[in-house]
Amino acid sequence: MKYIDEFRDRNLCLCLIKKMESIMGDSEVTIMEVCGTHTMSIFRSGIRSLLPQSIRLLSGPGCPVCVTPAAYLDHAIALSETEDLIIATFGDMMRVPGSISSLETKRAAGKKIAVVYSPLDALNIARNNPDKKVVFLAVGFETTSPSVAVTAIEAKKMGISNLYFLSAHKRIPPALRLLAEDSELKVDGFILPGHVSTIIGVNTYLFLAEGYGIPSVICGFEPLDILQGICMILYQLKERRAAVEIQYRRVVKNDGNPGAMALLNKVFIEKDSEWRGLGTIANSGYAMGEEYKELDAGEVFRLKERPSVENEGCICGEILKGRKVPNQCPHFGGNCTPYSPLGPCMVSSEGSCAAYYKYG
Amino acid sequence: MDKKILLAHGSGGSLSHSLIDKVFLKNFDNPFLSEKDDGAIVEIGGTRLAFTTDSYVVKPIFFPGGDIGKLSVFGTVNDLAVMGAEPLYISCGFIIEEGLDQRVLEEIALSMTQAAQIAGVLLVTGDTKVVEKGGADRIYINTSGVGIVKKDLSVKGIETGDRIILSGSVGEHEVSVLLAREEFPFRSRVTSDLAPLNQLASDILEVDGVKFMRDPTRGGLATTLNEIAEGIGLGIVVYEDKIGVSDGVAAVCELIGLDPLYLANEGKMVVVAKRDCTGEVLKIMKGNPLGKESEIIGEVAAELNGRVCLRTKIGGTRILDMLAGEQLPRIC
Repeated sequence: MKYIDEFRDRNLCLCLIKKMESIMGDSEVTIMEVCGTHTMSIFRSGIRSLLPQSIRLLSGPGCPVCVTPAAYLDHAIALSETEDLIIATFGDMMRVPGSISSLETKRAAGKKIAVVYSPLDALNIARNNPDKKVVFLAVGFETTSPSVAVTAIEAKKMGISNLYFLSAHKRIPPALRLLAEDSELKVDGFILPGHVSTIIGVNTYLFLAEGYGIPSVICGFEPLDILQGICMILYQLKERRAAVEIQYRRVVKNDGNPGAMALLNKVFIEKDSEWRGLGTIANSGYAMGEEYKELDAGEVFRLKERPSVENEGCICGEILKGRKVPNQCPHFGGNCTPYSPLGPCMVSSEGSCAAYYKYG
Repeated sequence: MDKKILLAHGSGGSLSHSLIDKVFLKNFDNPFLSEKDDGAIVEIGGTRLAFTTDSYVVKPIFFPGGDIGKLSVFGTVNDLAVMGAEPLYISCGFIIEEGLDQRVLEEIALSMTQAAQIAGVLLVTGDTKVVEKGGADRIYINTSGVGIVKKDLSVKGIETGDRIILSGSVGEHEVSVLLAREEFPFRSRVTSDLAPLNQLASDILEVDGVKFMRDPTRGGLATTLNEIAEGIGLGIVVYEDKIGVSDGVAAVCELIGLDPLYLANEGKMVVVAKRDCTGEVLKIMKGNPLGKESEIIGEVAAELNGRVCLRTKIGGTRILDMLAGEQLPRIC
């Protein structure tokens, strides 16, 4: 397929692997891919099996489903019990465990939970069901949040008064700063998320190189993109320099997408946000701003702060920080599998544990 | 967590298998069922019969390339055909939601008649139930079928070095149905591959070294390969670049993050054959319009212990596991 197969060319991939071997010499390198889609792509194309053994890839906190805390799911599950209320959610959220249940089990019990593919689908559900309240579970990073912002703006413009948003939107840069500041972090370079960067651009990551000296490359998602990105990190390490470079030039611009950023700033305000496994990170989330408070499900349904209940022994947090790999978890593959996930990393198809379990 | 039956239990993946093991096999325990095949081979008066049943709950009931009626006939014909049998007689049970337009039912019945004619089977008995509005989604059809076994096929004869052949590209059926639901803001010209495989299967059976056939429906090619590997306790290695995926299917999969290897097919066949007769099988398959894109996609390997390994297009390897539940489009 045009513009896909070209980025999966076997010979070019092997050339890049050879190049890595020549750059690396005897040194060992650990690189973290921050984005869940990178994790999936790496596993799907079997990149790990091709890399020189001295290159270790770690999966970071880049899966929006994985980092959504149990307390958020508990709110959504509680809302699903409300009469005449429809929960609209991306499919990935269905299996995420709350403290004692999941949306999937609630749907089986007859609660109205609709799987949508775009926030605009939730808008249509609200329009077609004027006698019901619709709550959209707004999760995702800077890639997804602009489309939610557009939906909120449209809903207001159209006078739709029965659509609400339960925002758990996350911002990637604060999570990266938390990682970079972690003295135990053993990461030599970051593969930065391509899609998020199309929105936020390059400047927000500069602290990684300038403040912490960590080489970072914004990568696309095809095998050649990722392999080239790894090569670019290796070159930086070899040349003893740290910069934020763009491999994904065909999509990512230095200043991102100012239009999308303007939409985000119109609808949302930055706030502290809880990440499953990582705890609360300052200014790492998006809440509905003053102008859109009437669409904020948390405000309208007066949801109170809930403490998150995590499973004992679950090391998702350590995995998200790159300190441990999934099969070091005592639950992995035993009582935590994609069929009955305990932790978020096993739930999403993009989660590190699910990818390890599935692709070995 | 609550123990409820979930939609994912019906997806054909490992959750479905676990339900079958823990509930049905446990309760219905008998030698026929424990074969865990798509049907049973029974002997009546010295004649060996293949016997199978399947229910069809596809939504929407009309989709590019077919409809629930045609699907219910061809689906059962194919289950019998890949068991090495000649499909002969089919029953059909209808569960209809009150309010269904009678013209729709007539259209489905006509489609089933035409399908039966094409496949050379007779619809010989049936049943109709009507449930109250909301008790079903328009119409569900169950079909059962019997046929005479022409050749005994079993995973038990499969050994290291045997080749895996696939009759064509994967994913067309599920993508066409998915897009017909109009839940996505884009269109594609993908048409279901729905087709009767009995002639193709019958031709292949002429070759001595053919050991096993299966139509990769729910759960797709990956699930079928896992079922075979599990059944023989050996591994299977398949080559991604040999598995056909049409541009339309590939594009939809790229857009919404689905893996074509797990998508349902309704007109494709996986054949396991002895290495030295692969050429002959391939020639026969390519000579049939339903198998003209046949390829050797892999082989049975001694290592891997009942697992399936995919050699990716870029030369890497990964385990191709059975899916836990239904495939879900990704958020980003």
